[in-house]
Amino acid sequence: MPDMNALLAGIPAELTRLVLALIGLMVFIGLNGLALVWVERKVAGHVQRRPGPFEVGPFGLIQPIVDAIKLIGKQLVTPSGSDKFLFWLAPLLSFLPIFLLFIPIPFSKNLVGLDTNLGLLLILAFAGLNVLALCLAGWGQNNKWGLLGAGRAVAQSVAYEIPLLLSVLAISFQTGSLSLTEITAKQGAWPWQWNIIVQPLAFFLYFICAVAETNRAPFDLPEAESELTAGFHTEYSGMGFGLFFLAEYANMIVVCSVATVLFLGGWQGPFEPGWWWFLIKMYVLLVVIIWFRWTYPRVRFDQLLNLNWKWLLPLSMVNLVATAFAVKLFA
Amino acid sequence: MTSQTFKEAAKAVWSMVVGLKVTGKNFLLPQITVHYPRQVVTNLDTYRGHIELIAKDDNPFAARCILCGQCENNCPSGCITIESVTREIPAEAPKEPAPGEEAKPAPKPKKVKELTQFLLDYNLCSLCGLCVQNCPVDSLRFSRDVYLAGFSRGEFEFELLEMLQKRGKK
Repeated sequence: MPDMNALLAGIPAELTRLVLALIGLMVFIGLNGLALVWVERKVAGHVQRRPGPFEVGPFGLIQPIVDAIKLIGKQLVTPSGSDKFLFWLAPLLSFLPIFLLFIPIPFSKNLVGLDTNLGLLLILAFAGLNVLALCLAGWGQNNKWGLLGAGRAVAQSVAYEIPLLLSVLAISFQTGSLSLTEITAKQGAWPWQWNIIVQPLAFFLYFICAVAETNRAPFDLPEAESELTAGFHTEYSGMGFGLFFLAEYANMIVVCSVATVLFLGGWQGPFEPGWWWFLIKMYVLLVVIIWFRWTYPRVRFDQLLNLNWKWLLPLSMVNLVATAFAVKLFA
Repeated sequence: MTSQTFKEAAKAVWSMVVGLKVTGKNFLLPQITVHYPRQVVTNLDTYRGHIELIAKDDNPFAARCILCGQCENNCPSGCITIESVTREIPAEAPKEPAPGEEAKPAPKPKKVKELTQFLLDYNLCSLCGLCVQNCPVDSLRFSRDVYLAGFSRGEFEFELLEMLQKRGKK
């Protein structure tokens, strides 16, 4: 019998940390996905002066779990004439990269999956995979609504990624780092020490682009229930739809986490630093995004692209150039 | 790019803030819906349910209805059927004629129509209210039973007189 201790010692510590982080993140994403579904429905209800879910469990807290069980229990239908491989690859491709996005995010001083100096780049690079997933989903399902939704998703994501990157880059210029831990460390505990004070325009642009990147209302054109039934996920049933749904919420959590790290001082909250400050800031941003959804009507496609190419892109360019000048002059 | 464009953009951004204010305010305001099985609505003054008979002022078991048939004739959906019987009330015996007078002929018995059934097939009713408007003695009104529900069509074939008498017992 081989020596267990020797075997265990052979596993690199970094690998153990990664595996633990992935398991932790699965729980984190699952629980927060459920919580967000509940928050979304409660906010929607209260904005419309009704209670939202309240029958299942106290304050309807069990409702998302019941919904999830329903989704899992449903039959998975593959439409005729569809490309089966791409059709079922798409939801997995949409959901699985999410874990990679969370790995470099520092939730607290040491609570980070992989503290790499290219953390920001990792997130931005793998966030792009979601577009591919939506594109394959729309193409594979042999449905006109799906195809239209996928086309919109690609045009929208490609367009909004540019000002998103440029506004994030301004922070990188200022901090001189792509490591999320370092960016957090360079900010102080108090609000006036956060990056949002120095870079309000970058935050504004980042937040708009983040809403558009996650396909949330008012930029939910790829789904657009009223025009395209359900857009790219029209033909998906059960957990096929469930994975897209979960991926959308997980993406929301990612963009809000990144905004927390880049602009709001991460876990270095006022008074005592800690992971709870990270969660509080993240959830405030999430609630704002949900608030947007129940306030604004969906933009038209030309409005969407006009806003991006005529306003966000030039503004982020100006912001980036100004940041570069300021860094050169004062730093 | 003129200053006009920027002004318009600033105005547009401000309108977004105004939108958030509207929904934010409504978020904080109290709810206006009712948790049905535990709460019921009370503002029913203008509610129009199925029609019901109104009792006489002095007799809670009899309807004011005079069996004119206006409601039945006017109903565009043909959902009202009135059943009645005619009863004869024997007239008082004539008085003994005074001497010298001719004996009057015995008076005919009085005929009285009496309502036995006021049938309403609520499945057909379109709640137009013509019966209520045309009733010459105000014997019909809309009920306020908001939570009326049933499992079969048969449950919506009402006998309004019976319902009136049940109400009278209460």
